[in-house]
Amino acid sequence: MTLAGAILELADDHLVLGHRVSEWCGHAPMLEEDLAMPNMALDLIGTARTLYEYAAELEGKGQSEDDMAYLRGEREYRNCLLVERPNGDFAHTMLRQLFFAAFMEPYWQAALNSEDKVVRGVAGKAVKEMAYHIRHAGEWVIRLGDGTEESARRMQDAVSALAIYTDELFEGNAVSELPDRAAIRSDWTATVSHIFAEAGLELPETKFPQTGGRSGKHGEGLGHMLAEMQSVYRAHPGASW
Amino acid sequence: MSNEVPLWEVFIRPRNGLAHKHVGSLHATDEVMALQAARDVYTRRGEGNSIWVVPSVAITASDPDQAAENFEPTGDKIYRHPTFYEIPEEVGHM
Repeated sequence: MTLAGAILELADDHLVLGHRVSEWCGHAPMLEEDLAMPNMALDLIGTARTLYEYAAELEGKGQSEDDMAYLRGEREYRNCLLVERPNGDFAHTMLRQLFFAAFMEPYWQAALNSEDKVVRGVAGKAVKEMAYHIRHAGEWVIRLGDGTEESARRMQDAVSALAIYTDELFEGNAVSELPDRAAIRSDWTATVSHIFAEAGLELPETKFPQTGGRSGKHGEGLGHMLAEMQSVYRAHPGASW
Repeated sequence: MSNEVPLWEVFIRPRNGLAHKHVGSLHATDEVMALQAARDVYTRRGEGNSIWVVPSVAITASDPDQAAENFEPTGDKIYRHPTFYEIPEEVGHM
């Protein structure tokens, strides 16, 4: 794994999840969340932009961040499967956010000591954003998990649906400039267990973890998402905004 | 949903040394969620560095029918305005 490849994986995680969360804009269950979710989406997309720019620079083929985001097909995307999962209901979206942020916050924390200046820069900004995502999504997971009969059922459904995608977060070959993903597992488990205990939820044992995103093997949903996300740029190649 | 979710008043302090100022209201299930919603709704453009949220039901408001007796008697007491003094610059915000 090259540094460019590793940065691209990170960028794809952030763009795909950022786009997924942005799909809620105008559809949130309440006005306050209709601002909170685009806020989170913009955090993620902002991080993705810096990472794409850096990946393009490292690859040195003269590509722009837009080329990286809009001109690669789904098999070229290297995001983990968790982030591309469809939004489902609000419980699914908040749990997906918690699972991701509970991984990224300690990841960026470790990346603050990277030998790479750009990585340190991104980490310094992203670590605070991810801490807030854990808080915001975590508080919702607690309230829905420990809420009404219906909210508890929906939260439990989200856990059953998404837990199989969490092992993939810790997969991958380390490069010296970035933290080892496998080493993040204990922090992730501590954060999630703490919130789940308050929410009255249990993290199930996963017999058959889903994986493959890092080698471009994605679920059906990603192609649909990219088709929509890339349509304007592909219809108007070279357009800028 | 908003019928069941309590209303909160939001106060933001723009800078250290200034007072918290009322900026608006929002709906949230409890004080933790109210603070988060206030952060997301009212501080998106760097408006402040501290937030207060107060349940709207905790506010006691003056009666508009008593506005005349409450506020009009001060109208002609211009000697209460500190315009007859020079405020030293070192005092800062007053």
